[in-house]
Amino acid sequence: MDILALLADGFWVALQPQNLLLVVLGVTVGLFIGAMPGLGSVNGVAILLPMTFLVPPTGAIIFLGAIYYGAMYGGAISSIMLGIPGASTAVATTFDGRPMALQGNADRALVTAAIASFIGGTISVLLFTFFAPPLANVALAFSSPEEFSLMLLAFATFIGLGGDDIPKTLFSICIGLVMSSVGLDLISGQPRMIFFGLPGFFHGIHFLVLAIGIYGIGEILWTVESSKGGMKLSQATLTLRRIIQGIKTTKETFKATVMGSFLGYFVGILPAAGATPGSLMAYGVAKSLSKNPETFGKGNPNGVAAPEAANNAASTGSMLPMLTLGIPGSPTTAILLGGMVIWGLEPGPMLFVEHKSFVWGLIASLYVANLFALLINVAFIPAFVWVLKLPFTILAPIIFILCIVGGYAPTQDMHDVWLMLIFGVVAYLMRKLDYPMAPAVLAIVLGPLAETSLRQSLLISDGSFSVFFDRPIACVFMIIAIALFALPVLNLIKKRLMHKTHG
Amino acid sequence: MRITRIYWLFSAMSLVFTGAFTSTAYAEGWQPKKPVEFVIMAGKGGGADKMARLMQTIIEKHQLSSKPFIPVNKPGGSGAESLIYLKQKKGNDHVIMVTLNSFYTTPLRQPDLDVDISTFTPIGRMAEDTFLLWVHADTPIKSVDDFVKAVKAKGGDWIMAGTGKGQEDELLTNFLNIAYDLNMKYVPYKGGGRVAKELAGKHADSTVNNPSEQLGFYEAGNTRPLAAFTPQRLDLFKDAPTFKELGKNFVYFMQRSVVGAPGMSKEAEAYYRDVFARVYASEEWQQYMKKKSLQGGFLTGDKLKTYWAGEKANHKIMLKDIGEIK
Repeated sequence: MDILALLADGFWVALQPQNLLLVVLGVTVGLFIGAMPGLGSVNGVAILLPMTFLVPPTGAIIFLGAIYYGAMYGGAISSIMLGIPGASTAVATTFDGRPMALQGNADRALVTAAIASFIGGTISVLLFTFFAPPLANVALAFSSPEEFSLMLLAFATFIGLGGDDIPKTLFSICIGLVMSSVGLDLISGQPRMIFFGLPGFFHGIHFLVLAIGIYGIGEILWTVESSKGGMKLSQATLTLRRIIQGIKTTKETFKATVMGSFLGYFVGILPAAGATPGSLMAYGVAKSLSKNPETFGKGNPNGVAAPEAANNAASTGSMLPMLTLGIPGSPTTAILLGGMVIWGLEPGPMLFVEHKSFVWGLIASLYVANLFALLINVAFIPAFVWVLKLPFTILAPIIFILCIVGGYAPTQDMHDVWLMLIFGVVAYLMRKLDYPMAPAVLAIVLGPLAETSLRQSLLISDGSFSVFFDRPIACVFMIIAIALFALPVLNLIKKRLMHKTHG
Repeated sequence: MRITRIYWLFSAMSLVFTGAFTSTAYAEGWQPKKPVEFVIMAGKGGGADKMARLMQTIIEKHQLSSKPFIPVNKPGGSGAESLIYLKQKKGNDHVIMVTLNSFYTTPLRQPDLDVDISTFTPIGRMAEDTFLLWVHADTPIKSVDDFVKAVKAKGGDWIMAGTGKGQEDELLTNFLNIAYDLNMKYVPYKGGGRVAKELAGKHADSTVNNPSEQLGFYEAGNTRPLAAFTPQRLDLFKDAPTFKELGKNFVYFMQRSVVGAPGMSKEAEAYYRDVFARVYASEEWQQYMKKKSLQGGFLTGDKLKTYWAGEKANHKIMLKDIGEIK
């Protein structure tokens, strides 16, 4: 009951007119920042950070938190409508959101994304409210071996089950892994694979550059070919009835949404992970658990619901280690943490004791932000759908410009724009050869995390792999991952045997 | 460009919202003609990044500059990316950079970069961050003597967590290994916050964090400082002796300095020097220094260049000791 009293105090703070205004403003700004390719929540929060000196610290963090939240909703919009991931966290949403839009179900995809985000946000804030201290201990118990086994599990979900061609999936993952190792090696400090000695490779290949190349540029090329430049992108219609219908059909995606929420939250609270791996993993798990995994990547609403629920849940989740341990769970919370330092709030275990009204005001404002984000998002859906009615000849150049901006924004280096264009062409060719591209994106996100945690673990254990099996959490993950890897092989053997006995 | 434009939009919005059209405090003479690129030699969220953003905020709040300072992170290659970038911006009056000790170590470790830090324009040393030796509070280790005994008992399995390879933390670990004849295992992590957490979660046995990184855990009673790598005891940790008191003459700081591109005009140099002198003198900066146990006065011009030359020579010796350079 103590918690409820604190939460009530928090709501009193969050519902102050000034703070409420900041929430609404933050969510709206965030929605657009998230929808703008390349301008994800990280940049949005970084840009607006100095502005927050104008309001008291609690109002400031509420504002930035609302932007963060709004951006999670917004990222889905350009992923679905234009096929360009609006933010790194929304990459997984493109996998199925884009096909849905092309099939004329853009409105349904947007409604699914909004509702999944709302459920993900709500579940995560509830978890935050009632289980913050024990969950902080979970984050503390996670070290390199646990992290590596979790990453392995994520890869396994992409390979193990599902209808894709396994050798091609593996090939795609390997390409992604190779690209993820470009740049500076954390452990030895040495530069690796600096092609042609170009300084642009020193900061590595930013994965948004790859994702925008594949899904933005590749998509334009694909559409140009398949439509011969003539047709409209999709037959999008929108009536109130379709929205209500859309809301009703969310029952189908409910399971994936709840799964995504819990998974996203959990991944979010782990330091170093954040919303991007969370949403990709949720997509992989949703596909693994699905009865018809072969429909994923072809417009399955579950493929939109799971990552969208996960990225919102993860954004709340990553605030937990920020507040309780003083370490950011995602790049965006790293900036928020910087903000707290500026306002003179010391993150760490004592924050919950010494600055109660700040912590609970923030938590309560997350409830409020979540509700407003849903309302504002749904209100804008007709405007977004209208975009799709533009002829392709107008839309394609707009998408192209947004891709260029999106490729430039993360590192502000023209080198990356060229790289993105090359990726686009290569992705188009690979798609013609029927290679799945999602695993490559997964690999470039998780590759660096997996590599560093593997090497840290082996440094600790003097090169012995037993470190992954001595520790209970790591051991469980490892066993599940190995089982998932082994499953398709066993299936193959079974099929061969069946074949033999019958033939 | 997009970011810059949006930034302006919001800056303008913020002015409108508060009606804060107060009189400005700009310096006389040379003024920036466009937004100033404020390069950060490290990633978002790290110690250098936090400090750069605090400086930016102070400049903004007190309206010390007529044009905004736009932070840009270029962390690649332990700062190699930003050093090369700054070198290429020779003669540019609108690019400045926040540096740390990789300012010395990266050019020493990677001579191919062909970066000579003495050509960079000295603007101001804003602070020196301090280092302490930390262990978990649940261990019975109360002093450096206990620490040495415990490490020796564990042999080569004692884990020292730190940030990066060939960087500050590894130099300090190496100092401890040599000074006390130890054989600690050094495991690098990304960022000081993560290192602090590894200690609090008992995944590492010790760290050499900055006070700001461990403060949260220290106040919650999770971690304990054993000794400081400073000339005098720190006010925040009165009980922790200095290594000097313990008979090991070893003092190590992390510089927090602002530098300009090589060949910057004298007028621009004077302008930035004035801006950062005001930042240094501001109440916010002074409070931050006190709270995070930062040391060091404001240094600029030839004094800062001499300081860099001295530090570079020190780092050359230390890097040789750990076999990073010949």
